Amino acid sequence: MAKLILQNVEKRYETFHAIKGIDLSIDDREFVVFVGPSGCGKTTLLRMIAGLEDITGGDFSIDGVRANDIPPDKRGLAMVFQTYALYPHMTVAENMGFALKMAKVPRDEIKAKVAHAAAMLQLDKVLDRRPKALSGGQRQRVAIGRAIVRNPKGFLFDEPLSNLDAALRVQMRTELVKLNKQLQTTMIYVTHDQIEAMTMADRIVVLHAGIVEQVGSPLELYNNPANLFVAGFIGSPKMNLLEGVVTARDDQHVEVKLDDAGNVIVMGDRIAVAPGTRVTVGMRPEHTALVSDGPIGGVADFVEHLGNETLVYVKRPDGQQMIVKADDLAGVRMGDAVTMAPKGDRSVLFGPDGKALLRREFHLH
Amino acid sequence: MKQSALSQIIFGILAWIAALVMFFPILWMIVTAFKTEGQAIAIPPLILFTPTIQSFLDATANAGYLLFAMNSVIVSVGSTVLAIAIAFPAAYALAFFPTQRTEFTLMWMLSTKMLPAVGVLMPIYLGMKTIGLQDTRIGLVGLDTLMNLPIVVWMLYSFFKEIPGEILEAARVDGIGPRQQMWHLLLPLSGPGIASTALLSVILSWNEAFWSINVTASHAGTLAAYIARFSAPEGLFWAKLSAASVLAVAPILVFGSLTQRRLVRGLTFGAVK
Repeated sequence: MAKLILQNVEKRYETFHAIKGIDLSIDDREFVVFVGPSGCGKTTLLRMIAGLEDITGGDFSIDGVRANDIPPDKRGLAMVFQTYALYPHMTVAENMGFALKMAKVPRDEIKAKVAHAAAMLQLDKVLDRRPKALSGGQRQRVAIGRAIVRNPKGFLFDEPLSNLDAALRVQMRTELVKLNKQLQTTMIYVTHDQIEAMTMADRIVVLHAGIVEQVGSPLELYNNPANLFVAGFIGSPKMNLLEGVVTARDDQHVEVKLDDAGNVIVMGDRIAVAPGTRVTVGMRPEHTALVSDGPIGGVADFVEHLGNETLVYVKRPDGQQMIVKADDLAGVRMGDAVTMAPKGDRSVLFGPDGKALLRREFHLH
Repeated sequence: MKQSALSQIIFGILAWIAALVMFFPILWMIVTAFKTEGQAIAIPPLILFTPTIQSFLDATANAGYLLFAMNSVIVSVGSTVLAIAIAFPAAYALAFFPTQRTEFTLMWMLSTKMLPAVGVLMPIYLGMKTIGLQDTRIGLVGLDTLMNLPIVVWMLYSFFKEIPGEILEAARVDGIGPRQQMWHLLLPLSGPGIASTALLSVILSWNEAFWSINVTASHAGTLAAYIARFSAPEGLFWAKLSAASVLAVAPILVFGSLTQRRLVRGLTFGAVK
């Protein structure tokens, strides 16, 4: 149970400005994911919240109390590390109960809490084992269990799934989200994997070079990326980004002449852009279709049959690659000349400064 | 790369020669200890003789061997316990909370070992005399502690560096204070390292002669001072001196060989983990 507020939070090293003023408010019980490429500062920011790194500028508060100078052991948060950081000389039960034992909690109470957490995480059968004798997934669970028994105000996860194999990762993803609902606790989760971010978060914070690029729900980020960085980072396969010049505009449309291609229409109410402006049109692979006589041409460079869908990698005349999600029965083969058309009502438009020029409201059916 | 059989033989012979050259004085000392004074100074040296323990009896009879031996034990163990008690939190801070000055601090500590001890003999001698610690076990324990402290800090520091920092960070976030981290995590996790550090400290302290000879007399003298007494103005008594020396080095030799495995394990702690 914690509301965390960051105001203009900064981290300066002697020669490096790692976090450049971050404003963020994290609500109680929220599952927030920090995502970004490696070196973007996401782990540093998490460690600053944990208290393991000094905050060199700005204010950070937990439940309204300024926490900049509160040592990590007094913040009431729990952290799960990428390497799990289990105590190697203790059994699973001792690992999970250690913090309580140090806090002089009665033995019976520790035992009950450990048993409860162990049952929740399916660790009941390995309580007497040392970490060495556990599988990766079990170690991960012990690290989470160690956090749970303390009943912390909030959980901090630092890339906790990156050492697990793919199948286990998918399973743990859902389990962590369930845990968030079950425990009704604030969780902050750091990952470089945008799929983890999309599948788990209530809200995603996209970080890049020490600043927040965008904060929003997964679908908001997906459909309305605030800038070219977020557009390129969120979504797999990546959004296609083609440059062009605005040729015409009215209250509902903007018409763009793409470089080395024909004209495309982007729909949107009163988009503030004048004809002649250089813009970038963003088209998701699933919002781009292979059509005959489409405005964008190219050669099918590579075709990936995934079964439920087919990804066609198209090489454009200028050498740029575009990806189209096609019908599984499209029958496109490598080397075929193709033409494509984007869906005007789903395409997004970015101005010369890389910022989005329109924001769409979406209503779920 | 595999060594050829020939070079293996050559290195083997060289190693044996080196070992024999190094061990010979000790061997000769042991042999001499079992001679009479007359046999001990015979030229050419006697190889074959009837061994006697008379020198051992003479050496221990009136020179108070047991008192000196007891002092050696108290001083080496006492200074080791004290040095580790001081160095443990110091190494914890240096290893897990590094600052820009950490490296300098470590180098500075080591640099104190580069000063010749005789350079501070007068101030320390006079200082100890003034506060009444001259020829006391406590005084010598203090001196040996300070003498070994830099090495003990360095060794513990390098063992602590082998422990993943995230384990202690996890503990910090979990609300576990520094003292509990040291006692419940660091101590068990660096057990072998602490053991080998303690062994080295005991050995260094046991063998320490300079301060022992210079600041102690009959009350707090260690075995090093005890040996030194046999080269007293009365003249050199080789057999007795050898017997005394054997008695002085025997405990630490036995101790060293018994703990050899632990010592080696401790020194390779980082490599095998």
